[in-house]
Amino acid sequence: MRGREDEWTGLMRSAMAGDDAAYHRLLKAVTPVLRAAARRGLARAGQPPDQAEDIVQEILLAVHLKRHTWDSEAPFAPWLFAIGRNKLIDVLRRRGRRVFVNIDDFAETLPGETPQETASAGEVAVQLGTLPQRQRDVLQSIAVEAASIKDTAAKLSMSEGAVRVALHRGLAALTAKLRDH
Amino acid sequence: MDTDQLIRSLAADNAHRAPRVGAVLIMALLVAAPLSILIFATFLGVRADVMSAMRNPFFDTKFAVTLSLAIPAIIVSLHLSRPEALLRGWGWLLLLPVGLLAVAIGSEAMMAPAMPMTMRLMGKNSRVCLVAIPAMSLPLLAGALFGLRHGAPSRPALAGALAGLVSAGLAATLYASHCTDDSPLFVATWYTLATALVTAIGAAVGSKVLRY
Repeated sequence: MRGREDEWTGLMRSAMAGDDAAYHRLLKAVTPVLRAAARRGLARAGQPPDQAEDIVQEILLAVHLKRHTWDSEAPFAPWLFAIGRNKLIDVLRRRGRRVFVNIDDFAETLPGETPQETASAGEVAVQLGTLPQRQRDVLQSIAVEAASIKDTAAKLSMSEGAVRVALHRGLAALTAKLRDH
Repeated sequence: MDTDQLIRSLAADNAHRAPRVGAVLIMALLVAAPLSILIFATFLGVRADVMSAMRNPFFDTKFAVTLSLAIPAIIVSLHLSRPEALLRGWGWLLLLPVGLLAVAIGSEAMMAPAMPMTMRLMGKNSRVCLVAIPAMSLPLLAGALFGLRHGAPSRPALAGALAGLVSAGLAATLYASHCTDDSPLFVATWYTLATALVTAIGAAVGSKVLRY
């Protein structure tokens, strides 16, 4: 467990220094852990586990948009799990549940837990449809069609800078809509 | 969108760099400050006898008290803008103005003051104080909340309350140069009431706007 968390911290440091591949690997590595914790938290609140993927995606968006609040001298896992807990509490509150989130839902992962398959989540897809056309096109191209920023710019006849701006604004708008809906 | 696709779009946005919360908070306070100063200059102004007042240690103490509220509140609010941060170990910083006031009240009591205690406590400006400090706080409170929105506080109401303490501390610093009541008893009563009001507003608004 220690080794895994040290590895995350190292990856996040590289990511903050501009290594996009390290960032991608980090997000992939934490996702199954977040998913397991979200399922545990939902089960504890008497909620069906099928909302776990929505929570995972909200956590990932918050991690992304708030990563400047991570202190690169501090370990990454406590910061990540704090965001995870907050998002889980938010989602349960929104559904009108009395919330008793166990601190340990995010702090520990049971050894031997099998990683779940990545699943599609409903909420992000719904909110994606409400974004401005430009942002939606850019997100569709980069996320779903796996195009690079360069290819997306060429395909949509935009500058690469404009694609980057639309991508960031789209992700920020998506997060705000998920939070406030 | 499945989670792998979402992760791909997040990684593609990794080049985007956000400024530190502290930088955004300070900028927002600097933008808001002229509005508070405008309220001060329009309705209050520095007291006429400021030159002789500066020889009174209890006049100077007011600024020490208000700044020992504002500056630690900025530090604690920035600490709490990190999701994993706890108030524990930092909350004592907020007791600095309380300690200062206690020492000042003690010294005044030992100096055989000119006026009876109730007169010092009630002063002449209590009503102005209760209106002016919250009024000058509001622009600064908006600025502080805007700045802290850039962070990720786990307890939005608590972070909002700290934004209230920051703005009330700064507004009270302005007000202190206007008010002719210098007794620490007056400060401990009326400044505290005004600060409590602003802090409550900050907590209420913060619980809505500081969720991330």
